[in-house]
This record gives sequence, structure tokens and C-alpha cells, in this order.
Amino acid sequence: MNNRLYGNLIFELSRKGRKGYSLPKNRMGGYEIPSMMRRTTDAALPECDELTVVRHYTNLSLNNFGVDNGFYPLGSCTMKYNPKINEEMAALPSFLYLHPEQPTETVKGAEAVVTLLERSLCSLTGLAHFTFKPYAGAHGELTGLMTIDNYHRSHNDMGRKKVIVPDSAHGTNPASAAVCGLEVVEVKSMADGTVDVEDLKRIVSEQGTEISAMMMTNPNTLGLFEKSIPEIASLIHTCGGLMYYDGANLNPMLGTCRPGDMGFDVMHINLHKTFSTPHGGGGPGAGPVGVREGLQDFFPVVSPYHGNFSVMLRAYAYILTLGREHVKEVGSLATLNANYVKESLKDVYELPIDGLCCHEFVFDGLKDKSTGVTTMDVAKRLLDYGYHAPTIYFPLLFHESLMVEPTENESKETLDGFIAVMRRIAEEAKTTPDEVKSAPHLTPIGRVDDVLAAKHPIVTYQQLLHDKD
Amino acid sequence: MTYKYFPHTEEDLKAMLEKVGVESLDGLYAQIPESICFKDDYDLPSEMSEMEVRQQFEALGSQNQQLTCFAGHGVYDHYTPSVIPNLLSRSEFLTSYTPYQAEISQGTLHYIFEYQSMMAELTGMDISNASMYDGTTAAAEAMMMTVAAGKKVDRVLVSETMNGKTLEVLRCYALHRGIKLEIVAMKNGVTDLNDLKTKLLEGGVAGVMVQQPNVYGIVEDFTGYADACHAQKALFVVDGVAANLAVLKTPGEWGADIAVGDGQSLGIPMQWGGPYVGYMCCTEKLIRKMPGRIVGMTRDNRGQRAFVLTLQAREQHIRRQKATSNICSNQSLMALWVTVYLSLMGKHGLKEAAEMSYAGAHYLCDELLKTGHFTLVYDQPFFNEFYVKYDGDGNQLYQRFIDAGILGGVRIGEGFLFAVTEKRTKEEIDNLVKIAAL
Repeated sequence: MNNRLYGNLIFELSRKGRKGYSLPKNRMGGYEIPSMMRRTTDAALPECDELTVVRHYTNLSLNNFGVDNGFYPLGSCTMKYNPKINEEMAALPSFLYLHPEQPTETVKGAEAVVTLLERSLCSLTGLAHFTFKPYAGAHGELTGLMTIDNYHRSHNDMGRKKVIVPDSAHGTNPASAAVCGLEVVEVKSMADGTVDVEDLKRIVSEQGTEISAMMMTNPNTLGLFEKSIPEIASLIHTCGGLMYYDGANLNPMLGTCRPGDMGFDVMHINLHKTFSTPHGGGGPGAGPVGVREGLQDFFPVVSPYHGNFSVMLRAYAYILTLGREHVKEVGSLATLNANYVKESLKDVYELPIDGLCCHEFVFDGLKDKSTGVTTMDVAKRLLDYGYHAPTIYFPLLFHESLMVEPTENESKETLDGFIAVMRRIAEEAKTTPDEVKSAPHLTPIGRVDDVLAAKHPIVTYQQLLHDKD
Repeated sequence: MTYKYFPHTEEDLKAMLEKVGVESLDGLYAQIPESICFKDDYDLPSEMSEMEVRQQFEALGSQNQQLTCFAGHGVYDHYTPSVIPNLLSRSEFLTSYTPYQAEISQGTLHYIFEYQSMMAELTGMDISNASMYDGTTAAAEAMMMTVAAGKKVDRVLVSETMNGKTLEVLRCYALHRGIKLEIVAMKNGVTDLNDLKTKLLEGGVAGVMVQQPNVYGIVEDFTGYADACHAQKALFVVDGVAANLAVLKTPGEWGADIAVGDGQSLGIPMQWGGPYVGYMCCTEKLIRKMPGRIVGMTRDNRGQRAFVLTLQAREQHIRRQKATSNICSNQSLMALWVTVYLSLMGKHGLKEAAEMSYAGAHYLCDELLKTGHFTLVYDQPFFNEFYVKYDGDGNQLYQRFIDAGILGGVRIGEGFLFAVTEKRTKEEIDNLVKIAAL
């Protein structure tokens, strides 16, 4: 990664008359697009030669940090290694140029991948069927809730419009419920971060006939396993609701416990988390939704074709590579790594809930709060030392949340390096707090002015030019 | 027990377990009730070496038939310059996540800003978001956006000439969201303006959605549409294939409030349906109602120009159950794909490719009509896709195309919807016509 900013915009490199493409000669000739169809002015796209374009984006990439650059302990995002063979398999020409509406008998290989991947995911989750239409985790949540809503509608059970969501849940859960036309009922967490079963009993007894579903991650957002899950599932099922499993935290469960066996009826999987497909700077991912036998008839049409097929190819390559022998090891090694980091740092960082965690854990900032160094400062200082920051200020249960998820791919040396730096930052917070508060210093840019961006939004080059005038 | 993706040696395991205070890896899960633990073997194949994985995929791939594509219906076989996959494989782009830490994500933020600028230019709109999953879900988001932006309105009108695939997704979202989706009738292959006006006057309309070119490839005349919508305080949404915007009158010129569509036509391979990228652009007035990520320009504390995720107060992680969209990622890498494509093709290349597609489609259409077996279903101007009826057995002809290695369009009802891109040569077109003339 650069420590100096490469800051050009492609538009600023454009020179009239240059071109970066070549097309065959138009031999169809004689067909002119009528002027009534035409736009009046050309789109002001850049005019650049090929090398200029290549250098521009190569240099931009050097302003970025990915898993291949270094440790990326971003909690709840499962930033595991993205194997290279998967990329190559997804780019095979025999899959790349298939039109999604080709007749079935011409896409037997692609159909087979879907079937094989579905069978694998069923075995891994304990569910019976999957739809691959959802394009992302949030899209999967929405698809799952629509499935549940369709199920209740099919019974003419129209009054079930409430979804129970733990107060520690990711914001996407309640947002997905809202988009599905459902109302959110929050269930409280106990001091140890798990669902308060007594509060859930109260909700179920008061509003049982209105409950459509309960959404949960397990382990939860704090990385803690919900021990009461059999009881929770039974409470919801008894009142006629269905259990939805948010697959965001599925990774530590590989080899140990399946959502279907926990009592869940519907779930989504983030293939870009648990099944190692690259995050791509924020997509494309894939969020296939699995259900118990009988619910597959209620899958909604949330996208037109077979979902993000090339993401599915990658996930299947990963499953084949690991095989039944090594898939089992994923969860426990991810869990070991998280616990190792937690135990090595809990004397200097505030651990609100002690005990074994799964794949991730949450600190509530530095133990010594007297220095004024915040979680934000710690995160920014980590960038100076060549680490991506953990997830910060989420979950909302604590003021200074710092959420660490190391994944199973990281070696003890990498973790030890991270631990040493985290301890060093804790030390710096006492000795040179200003150095930490003004971090980062060694990145291409320093801290940005978020307020300026929001108050005076400039979101296109045209606006930027206009602004200069 | 080390494995290529797991670096833990026996020694490491021992030291780490000791630090954690458990005796074995199983001990890490002591808190999980025995009754729900999984003790069987997964029903999966045994581990494979890289060579075996490759063989497996090549064997699967060989079961697919590679066809010369004359199908469209929303997904088009455009050419991908070699530069794109090469640049996109850079792992600084590929293996990063959403640019939360702006200081080490300027690469991503920077190209999204470029993407937004290019999409705004293409659509003739003020602003763009950082991209959406695909065209159909972008349309669904636009539908929900019109309702969220309106005041106590829940009707959305959609033209019958919209792609059926998009309509199906819209219906799905509308059902659950409680939006009343109504169809505006078609007349001779285009939206019936009179029916639109009648439905608008009934009141309570949040938005009106049309597609350009429409599902039959026809370029519709939307003169007067925006005014009719705005007179009833409804938002006007134009859905379209991104590549065509290089030459076609833009949503902005038609007076649209929101422009959406799929960016697949900008050099993204068809790959059996995804990933693609949806675009969504709107007027400046609506910026705070727009779903999805947005990247904005700002300064850093060293005085440098910098880019950052902005206007996040609109988004799901802040608004939770008050959110009007649950989108939390964009389709970042595919947005980069499109951005590099547009950088290479630039102002002239994109136009040239669109003109070739137009010429190819019109040449094919003329040649098919000359055979005497085909007639245009609607006598309307079209772009690079057209809808014809065949006087023989359509299914048999379609199979004859397949046998000759040609994907002969998409069957819609009894007819054929043929699409041509700059990738189709004159020989390929002549070959199709020869088979059709038999």
C-alpha cells in the first residue's frame, strides 16, 4: 500500500482525441440512428489511452488495503482468505458466456453446480432446500422474511406482522423487516449479552398470535453462543412463528452445530463470509436462503435468474477444496483465534462480558479511560501499524465497541503481532496520547472531514467542476 | 494437522489453547448444549487438490453449450476489453471490504466517485448512488423510493411495456411493502399515454415507471410524460439499459426524477445471470431520499482532496426499523468493472459500439423480413433489439438455431426477441438468417 496519496481523477487525465479501445469495422453500414432518438449532447466520458487507464487504476489500487495486504480483523464481516483457484474457476469461459435465458439442455454444467452447491449447503446447515436468488446478505434477510410472510399468508394467517429482533442485532435485521412490511419488536439482552428468555416469554404471551418470526444470529453479535436456543425456538414455534437464522455468524458453527438442528426454519448464508468469496470493496456477495422441507414453495422472486452465479462457483470451489475433512475444522480454528486474541488483550482493553466467545468478541474500549483515547483513536492508530481496524461502535450495546474477528486463516505470528501492537497503542494512550488521537500518520490521507462531505455534498465530477467556478 | 488454509502447527495449538484455558478444540464449545451439537460427517466429497478441483470444474463446464448469442431481454453479450479482468484481479480491490476506514480505502472510494460521475453523465441526471445489486432490484428500490418520497401515497404505475422479469420483482417487493402496483396499458407496442393520464388523475400515485427501450426493443416517445406525472405530484422513473444511453435521449432529457437500470451492458460478461450491477441516479432534490451508499468529496486533516462514504443518516444501520431500504452493500467490484469499461471506451467508443449494435440489429431485421417468414409484431422504431413473428413452427426453428450453435433470441409468447451487439459479425448474422430461411 502507498503511504502517499495518488489522487487524480480519470477525468483529469482525459485529453481530447485520445482513445483506449478498438472495435472491428462496422460492416453493416447504412443504418443511422435517427436524430429524434438521440441525446443532444455526448456524455462527457473521459478520453484516455489504454496505458493511462491501466496506470490510473493500478495506482488507485495502491491506496487500498485488502486481506491480501495484511490482517483485517473486521468484526462481523469474516474477512477470510479468498483462495486464488476460486477466482480462476469462476472465470472459466465455459461458465462466463452463458446467457441466463439459455435453454436448460445447453447449461447442464451450470445447473449441476447449483444442484451440487445446494446439496452441500443443505448438509452444512441441516436445512432442506436453498434459493440462490438473493444477491447479498441483506437481500437474503429480505428473501427469508418474505418466504415466512408468504407462508403465513398461505394459511390466511394475515395478522402475523411482527418480527422479534434482539436489541443487539445488526441494523439490517430491523431494516429488512420494515421493507418486508413487518413491525419490529425488540427483545432485551441480559447482562451476558444473550437473549433475555423471560422478556421473550412476556412478548410471546402478550403478542403470540401476531408473531411472524424471530430473527437471530447464533452466536450473537457479541460472539456469544445463545445457550437457550432450543427453548427460544420452542417458544416461537408454539406461538405459531418461525425461526430465522441470520447467517452472518455461521463461520464458527462449521463443524460443531447446524442452524437446522438448533431449531431454525429459514436462514441466509453470506457466501462472501463463510464460504470465502471476495468482498470486492463491498460486493458482489451472495445470500442464498435455506428452508426446512415444505417452505420451499414460498420462496419469493427477488431477482430474475440464478443469483450471483459466479459467486456461487467460487463458493463451490472452496467447499470442494476443503472437503468434508477440513470444513469441520474451520469453526474451531476461527474460535480458537478469537479467544486467543481476547485472552491476550483483556488486561488492557475492557472486556464487558468475560468467558469463551466464538469467532469474534467485543471490547468496550481501553480499560484505562482516563487518557481520553477513544475506540476511534485506537482504530486509526492501528492503520499506522499496517492493520485494518476492527469494527468500531457496533454493536450499540457499549459506548466504545471494538469488535475483533480474526478468522481461521491467521497464524499465531500474525495474531501475536496484532496483540503486540494493540498493547503498544494502549501504552501510547498513556505516554503519547496526542500521537494516538491524531492518527493515522502513515496512511495516504489523514482523518477526513465527514461533516463537510455531508453538509455540502459533492458526489460527481460535474458538481466538483461547478463548485470550482 | 496443518492444511494450506490453516497455519496452526501442533505447537501453536498447544500454546494457544493454554492461553485460552481449555484442553482441546472441542473444549471451546463447552457452552453449546450437547443435544444440538453436530456429530456426524457432512455429506460432502472428500478434500480435493487444486488439480482435482480444476478437473472437476472443467468437466462441469464442458457440459455447457457455447452459443453465438442473439439473445437480450435485459442481458447482452457485449465485448469485455482484456484490461478490465486484469485490473479487477488486483487484490487491493478484490479482497477489501466496504470502505469504512477512508484512510486506507481511497482506492475504492475514488473509483466509486468516478462511477457516480459517469453514471450521472450517461443518464443526464444530477447524482448517482454507489450502485445497486442489478437492474431489477434497482427498479424495486426506485419504486419504494417514490413511495417514501411522497406524502401518504401508495400507488405506483408501471407500463405494460416493462420487461416481464423486472415486473415480477416489482410485484414481489410491492406485495410485501404494501404498495399498490398497477399496470399502464400498452397500445401498439408502446405505453398508452391516455391510460397513464387517466390512472394519474385517480390520485394517490407516488411514481410512474417506464422502460426505454422497452421490452420489445422499441424506443418510446415520452414527450409529456414528466409533466403529466409532476402535475399529480408523482415521480417519473425511467428504466433502461446503460450502454444505450451513450446515444439515446437520456432520462434527464425526458424529465425523469429517477433513472435506474442494469449496467451489465457496460462490458460485464453474462455469466448466467450475475453478478451484474444496478445503477440509480436522481435529481439533486431527491438525494436524501436515495437508498444505498453514496461517496462524496471532502478534505482530510492534511488539506488533501479525499473521498468518503457520506449522507449515511439515510442508511439502514442508522435508521434501523425506520429505514426505507435495507440495502447495506453496493456492488462495488462490478461498479469498478463498469468504471474501467467507460474509461477505456470513453466518449467515442461507447457511442461507436452502440451504433454498431443498432446497425447490426437493423441489418438482421431487414434480412429476416426479406426471407418472407418474419414480420415485425409492432411497427415502431427500435434500437438493438426487435420482436418478430415467424410464420412456421417457432419451437422447431429455435431448436434448429441451437443445433447450429446459435442462441436465436429469447422466445416471448409465439414471437422471437432478437438482440444484436457490436460483438456479432456480419457472417454470424448471415448464418442466422440462412438457418431461418430454410
